Amino acid sequence: MSMSLDSAMTGTQNHDDLTRSFAFTTQLDAVMTWGQRNSLWPLAYGTACCGIELMSVMGPKYDLARFGAEVVRFSPRQSDLLLVAGTITEKMAPVLVRIYRQMLEPKYVLSMGVCASSGGFYRAYHVLQGIDKVIPVDVFIPGCPPTPEAVLDGIMLLQKMIKDQNPRPWKQNWKAPEL
Amino acid sequence: MKHLISFDELKSDFVKNQSLQVEKYIFIDAFGDQAIEVPKDDIVVLMQFLFEVKQFDFLIDICGVDYPDRALRFDVVYHLLNSITGQRLRIKSQVAENEGVESVIQVWKGADWFEREAFDMFGIKFHGHPNLRKILTHHEFVGHPLRKDYEASRQQSCATSLPIHFDNEPGSPGDVLNPKLLPLNIGPSHPAMHGTLRVMAELDGETIVRANCEIGYLHRCFEKMAETHPYQQVIPYTDRLNYCSAPMNNIGYCKAVERLLEVEIPPKAQAIRIILAELSRIADHIVAVGTGGVDLGALSAFFHLFVFREKIYDIFEKLCGARLTVSLTRIGGIGNEPPEGWYQLILDFCDSMDKEIDEISRLMLDNKIFVKRTMGVTPIKPQEAVAWGYTGPLLRATGMAHDIRKLKPYYGYDQLDFKIPVGTSGDIYDRYLVRIEEMRESVKIVRQICKNIPEGDYTIRDKSIVLPEKKDVYGNIEGLMNHFMLIIKGIKPPQGEVYDATEAANGELGYYLVSDGSAAPYRLKVRPPCFAIYQSFPSIVKGSMIADAIAAVASMNIIAGELDR
Repeated sequence: MSMSLDSAMTGTQNHDDLTRSFAFTTQLDAVMTWGQRNSLWPLAYGTACCGIELMSVMGPKYDLARFGAEVVRFSPRQSDLLLVAGTITEKMAPVLVRIYRQMLEPKYVLSMGVCASSGGFYRAYHVLQGIDKVIPVDVFIPGCPPTPEAVLDGIMLLQKMIKDQNPRPWKQNWKAPEL
Repeated sequence: MKHLISFDELKSDFVKNQSLQVEKYIFIDAFGDQAIEVPKDDIVVLMQFLFEVKQFDFLIDICGVDYPDRALRFDVVYHLLNSITGQRLRIKSQVAENEGVESVIQVWKGADWFEREAFDMFGIKFHGHPNLRKILTHHEFVGHPLRKDYEASRQQSCATSLPIHFDNEPGSPGDVLNPKLLPLNIGPSHPAMHGTLRVMAELDGETIVRANCEIGYLHRCFEKMAETHPYQQVIPYTDRLNYCSAPMNNIGYCKAVERLLEVEIPPKAQAIRIILAELSRIADHIVAVGTGGVDLGALSAFFHLFVFREKIYDIFEKLCGARLTVSLTRIGGIGNEPPEGWYQLILDFCDSMDKEIDEISRLMLDNKIFVKRTMGVTPIKPQEAVAWGYTGPLLRATGMAHDIRKLKPYYGYDQLDFKIPVGTSGDIYDRYLVRIEEMRESVKIVRQICKNIPEGDYTIRDKSIVLPEKKDVYGNIEGLMNHFMLIIKGIKPPQGEVYDATEAANGELGYYLVSDGSAAPYRLKVRPPCFAIYQSFPSIVKGSMIADAIAAVASMNIIAGELDR
């Protein structure tokens, strides 16, 4: 039925021509990564100063929504991007690992700021010296705290990684720490 | 003129009291601070006396100091405040490694967490404390990190989290959960717990029967870091205490060091510091009100207010290049001269902020849902609040006009025209009301200063304290030498100790600084306003609904950076 309507509109009877005009072929992977990278749902694991700056990233001026990542979920079951913003202490580490393990695949980790990435200038008795000691990290963003522009850059980098389907050996080889 | 109690007066009063060993007391008056060293057996009787007779109503802080070479190894230091006269008194007592001291929790219930912290950090025991457990370090941590023989970088990993536990109250059945009630764990990874707080509750339906807080998830060893860094390098660490209003922490710290060095900063530096402090007070209240709204489901206030916080950050960025953690002040003044047009930028901001405050107060305080969620919820009486050690907007919401800017003005706050807004009932609604009115007052202060900036230098020019300007460092040999020596040797204040407090956005932010004459602080204790406030949480939410507890946490504006340090 629709066929004949369309034919009437375009004034042609050729079935093949019609298909070509509104459909395109692609690979399933490409569609999937397109969807994944443009609808990252972050779990904002904001613990310290970076968490405050992350509010600016989400807020009106910088607006993470432009990159399709505005749906902040605080449930690990509903999110696919773990955005660790702030210092992770030894006391917090088991909680972080548990949250990471509760997330469903595919999942990505973004470490915002030097505290999360390496302990920063807290070379101290109660601070975890980088979250990569306990969970696999895809993108590190330097800064103390990073500017919102840097966070957006980090997210775009992650989107590119998803698009290119880069291999992620740090994730494949990750073993859960014995907690 | 308010009457301050002199040492002679105190001495004659002490002598009348038979139970005190006055002959062993040492009275010290140095750097403008009054301190008394007393034997440890006298502590409780003395505190009782000072509290009841001399109206030292606030227990501001308790902390330890470690002197490993001494026979009686630790100092236990108490800071008291008389909120009527503004007089401060420091009581010190020496204890040996395996000894303990009587807990003062019977005099002030606010001593609870402070004593637990001293126990956790130094291993000082407080007899009679109902629940002397670790508070900041994790439960698998061995040793006491602030002792001088604990190496700053020695990490101990933690593999587990503690289950739900409630042994925080005397007479309660401890960790045994009541099978008829619902145990509920909130946080630390929970949006309403701001990332790092953990609350455990037992519920009957939706009513909280008992609650307990676990903190320390952001304990990043500020005090140990301060001991291992020179005085100037501590400034960036102070930024990260209350990161919502970083310049205020810089100012408080620098003010304490300047008092130890006995220098006075020039009027222009004072004016700029007031501008920075009041702007960051606005920024802090914006976060408190904005995220408080978010926790109650009012997202639009967040979007409205954060536009203005960005404007404040732009002002900071113009001055120093950083947005959040600015490290703007230096010991002896400010880092650099403000750029051209900076004051005009602030005045423009003030004009737009005035309108915004009107709008936000209509948007939130007149909102029926907001009023119903907050009015009459978890109210607290002024006496209770003082006993817990509340300061700042939360204390003022109870109706007590306590503000250090008025009580003991610094940097010329007494020359400025501003009011102290107070609430009446101490409930959540009043807390937001006070915060919003304080923003209005801060705008007023900033405007007055910006229109009347004093002439002169932005810093002192003492070569042993302040680095020379870059043009001198690169331009002549004296400047280069001066820079080199100051970086290598550092600032060396005289031996001694000071306690200095400023009115930060959340209340009294105090720095207790002990110097042994070297280039790094011997001990730096921060008295964070949140710490005293948050310890009251389990008792004030008892009997209220779980949703009210969420609103209560939001209204307290707990900043984990300064809570856990």
